[in-house]
Amino acid sequence: MEKTVTQTKVLLEAAQVSKRFPLPEKGGEYTVLHAVDLTLCEGEIVALLGKSGSGKSTLLRILAGLVQPTQGEVRYCGRPVMGPCGGVAMVFQSFALLPWLDVLGNVELGLKARGVPPEVRREKALQMIDLIGLDGFESAYPRELSGGMRQRVGVARALAVEPDVLLMDEPFSALDVLTADSLRGELMELWLARKIPIRAILLVTHNIEEAVLLADRVLIFGANPGHVRAEAAVELPRPRAHDQADVQALVDRFYHLMTKPETPDEAQRVSMGRPALAPLPHARVGAMVGLIELLADRGGREDLHRLADDLQFEVDDLLPLVDGAALLGLVAVEHADVILTSEGEAFAKATILERKERFRRLLMERSTMVTRIHTCLEGKKNHRLPEAFFLDLLEKHFSREEARRQLETAIQWGRYAELFGFEDDTDELFLETSELHPV
Amino acid sequence: MHLIGVIPKRASSLRRSFGWPDLVVLLALVGLLATLAWLGHGLWVPLRPGALPTLDLSPWNLPYYAGRSLLRMFIALGASLLFTFVVASWAAKSRRAARVILPALDILQSVPVLGFLSATVTFFMGLFPGRLLGLELASIFAIFTGQVWNLTFAFYHSLVTLPHEQAEALRLYRLSGWRQFTHLELPAGMIPLVWNGMMSFGGGWFFLAASEAITVLNQELLLPGVGSYMAVAAKAREVSALMWALAWMALMILLVDRGFWRPLVAWSEKFKLEDSRPAEVPHSGVLRILQRSRVVGWLGVWFGRADEAVDHLWQRWLPAQSAPAKWGRETTLDRILAVALWGVLGLLAVRGVAFVAAGVPWIEGVRVVGLGALTFLRVAVVVVLSAAIWTPVGVWIGLTPRVAHVAQPVVQILASFPANFLFPFVTIVFLRYHLSLQWGGALLMALGAQWYLLFNAIAGASAIPNDLREMARDLGLRGLLRWRVLILPGIFPAWVTGGLTAAGGAWNASIVAEVVSWGDAKLTATGLGAYITQATTAGDWPRIVLGVAVMSAYVVTLNRLAWRPLERLAESRFTLG
Repeated sequence: MEKTVTQTKVLLEAAQVSKRFPLPEKGGEYTVLHAVDLTLCEGEIVALLGKSGSGKSTLLRILAGLVQPTQGEVRYCGRPVMGPCGGVAMVFQSFALLPWLDVLGNVELGLKARGVPPEVRREKALQMIDLIGLDGFESAYPRELSGGMRQRVGVARALAVEPDVLLMDEPFSALDVLTADSLRGELMELWLARKIPIRAILLVTHNIEEAVLLADRVLIFGANPGHVRAEAAVELPRPRAHDQADVQALVDRFYHLMTKPETPDEAQRVSMGRPALAPLPHARVGAMVGLIELLADRGGREDLHRLADDLQFEVDDLLPLVDGAALLGLVAVEHADVILTSEGEAFAKATILERKERFRRLLMERSTMVTRIHTCLEGKKNHRLPEAFFLDLLEKHFSREEARRQLETAIQWGRYAELFGFEDDTDELFLETSELHPV
Repeated sequence: MHLIGVIPKRASSLRRSFGWPDLVVLLALVGLLATLAWLGHGLWVPLRPGALPTLDLSPWNLPYYAGRSLLRMFIALGASLLFTFVVASWAAKSRRAARVILPALDILQSVPVLGFLSATVTFFMGLFPGRLLGLELASIFAIFTGQVWNLTFAFYHSLVTLPHEQAEALRLYRLSGWRQFTHLELPAGMIPLVWNGMMSFGGGWFFLAASEAITVLNQELLLPGVGSYMAVAAKAREVSALMWALAWMALMILLVDRGFWRPLVAWSEKFKLEDSRPAEVPHSGVLRILQRSRVVGWLGVWFGRADEAVDHLWQRWLPAQSAPAKWGRETTLDRILAVALWGVLGLLAVRGVAFVAAGVPWIEGVRVVGLGALTFLRVAVVVVLSAAIWTPVGVWIGLTPRVAHVAQPVVQILASFPANFLFPFVTIVFLRYHLSLQWGGALLMALGAQWYLLFNAIAGASAIPNDLREMARDLGLRGLLRWRVLILPGIFPAWVTGGLTAAGGAWNASIVAEVVSWGDAKLTATGLGAYITQATTAGDWPRIVLGVAVMSAYVVTLNRLAWRPLERLAESRFTLG
């Protein structure tokens, strides 16, 4: 194989790419990506692994030329990328098929845009349809297809224009587990047999196992703002399978890399001098309580990865729960294990009312966000403040959308703890006091 | 999701001390009541033969006239809601009723309302001889018929798509029919009711302006209102009075939008059936003040009591049935009813044909169909040209979120501005430059109809998912290809809706747009609209009936042959998401 020879040829690279969005109304801006470097070389598959909202999809769009970076540069084969260029094609999470075109029409789309004559276009499209296993579906409309088949159309459409680089934005996350597995497997087969005219793949995912199964190299992405936290090569032989011990070991390692708190140095580099307001993980209180109970039942210690597997959870579902419980000091994360703390054990044993009390105390001790909201409400004579007040406050630290999600989580936690509540009619937060509790 | 819970009645808001929002709301309430008394007084003015009411063109009278017009609009809205609740509920609960009501509504909504004006005026004046009230009711009826079908369909649709489990829960707990209405049916239908109400109300201004001043049997009848003020000003060639009327019209539309519909839209958000809160919630300052006010809290308590009382009565007379509604097979009774209904309809048709045939030579019937074709030509020109002009503009606005944010409410207000208020100005231009109304009529019809196409192009374009747009850019779809493959198919469903509404509006407008006058100068276009107007002025009943029947036939046929298939195509092929 000449792989070793061509390995060094850089196809796509991002140099010190930052992206900031202006905040409407109040002015100022919000940083989504901060000084990201990335290279994609010929013959490799790179996975961008990160939690949702970490800006990895934005990075992918910048690489595709769909979004302009605020700072830094993207180069394809050494030339700066100013807009979508012919050598890069993208596969979308939502498939992005046109419902009024049949499969053939959708696959032909990119060729049409390039002015390829009809006969050639048709032949190439049919070839891709064959290759990707869509035989016999040429005249079907997207709504007649299952999710897996739709994503095949998405892939065939991208391959039809014979790009050098394939960018995939969570391509399997809208599919059920089995369908995702088989599609992933088939795609890998085609790639390994060099049947598809692609020279490199960049994959965005939040699924650790997917990254380990597919990638030659994994970049772990941190959030607020998005940045590369760590990079690791995956040097396991292919084909790879879920149940291989070395795959599992690597999944555990990545779990650890993703969950370990940022070093002060790292946090400093990223926070850029803003006052700290630690974000709340978006965890439902009920699910967190369930996690604590489950851990208590299993003797207080469990492997994160096994936990996710048993619960049929994706990282995106499990990590916020663990982060939330860790924030409250109910659990601790060591390597890739979750461990119940003594506080957590006591919580698991407590009655429903006692749990609320413990939760309230821990929340007030440990969450800057919740204490800040509580203090603000206490400061008002009537103990109420409009939602907009807190949103303004939070938007200094988070994006608009994230600010709203943060406040929603805070309200949900505050309600469970009976610290404060929210009145939908007036859009106001109010302090829960005993006199407000008509029994 | 309790309807009465509209209004904060929780301890927290009642406990609050009396503050400035309360003062504002209280003053507003007193002001509203006083205004209603002042305006309502005018409804009972006697109408003496030979002493027809006149209008004073002094701008100082405009606030009163505007108030009277507004009162008419709201009475019509109230009547429409009442009709909607009764008829839509009936159709939703009885298969038998639905089989008659639904087709009837479908026909009624295609009939050009203005053609009936003369008939309804005579009818209502006969009901209240010697009083202006008859004319008043005829005007209200015209507005009512312009907006009610839309509302009824919307509410019917929400009733037949009620969340199944919620409905079952309410039946299981044996809630009375009244409670089912206030706790489930009304809240579930609230959002479509508010949105359709807002759109229909906007369309209602046109009928208001057209129905306040009308010439029937060579008698010019005037109601105090902005519409008639406009008509009188045009007759007297008073440009400054026209400008005043225009300004007041705009002011009223803005006031109703800010003070009534926006708060309702913001408030109705709470009736969304999804559990999640949307990121972008509509806001309304007026609603905020109302919700902060203690006075409204008291009103809420009173509403609650009224609800309680009605429920009590309902329980006594119509005890709750926990058995599900029966949807049996077609019975003999059904067949008998159907035959009877068709019989009555047939008799009416025969009677109508005989009536027309007695007064109109049959060759004129052929001519009227030809006139209809001319008007149809104008309608087609209006739709095609408006689409050609406004689609690119609308798409640009819709694809630029920053602009869409600002432009959408503006276009909505423009759409509800009654185009017939602009007719005199256009007429002046036509007269000065000796332009013919044959084509100019289409321009007048387009003044109102065009906005529906713009509005829907914006809505359609902004509904194209971002992913599809990114995909198109990623594949390098540009220029014509992008329009052909992505944009035109993407906005097609919205475009069909817009085209259908615009065409309906244009047919209605033809009745007032094919004959226009400025002072004594009169411009006439050859067409069915002009034919109906002339027959109305002359009080020639057979010709009125013939004209309206032919126009209705045109509209219904076009809806069936052109728009319905397009709608079906849009639904089956071009629906996104």
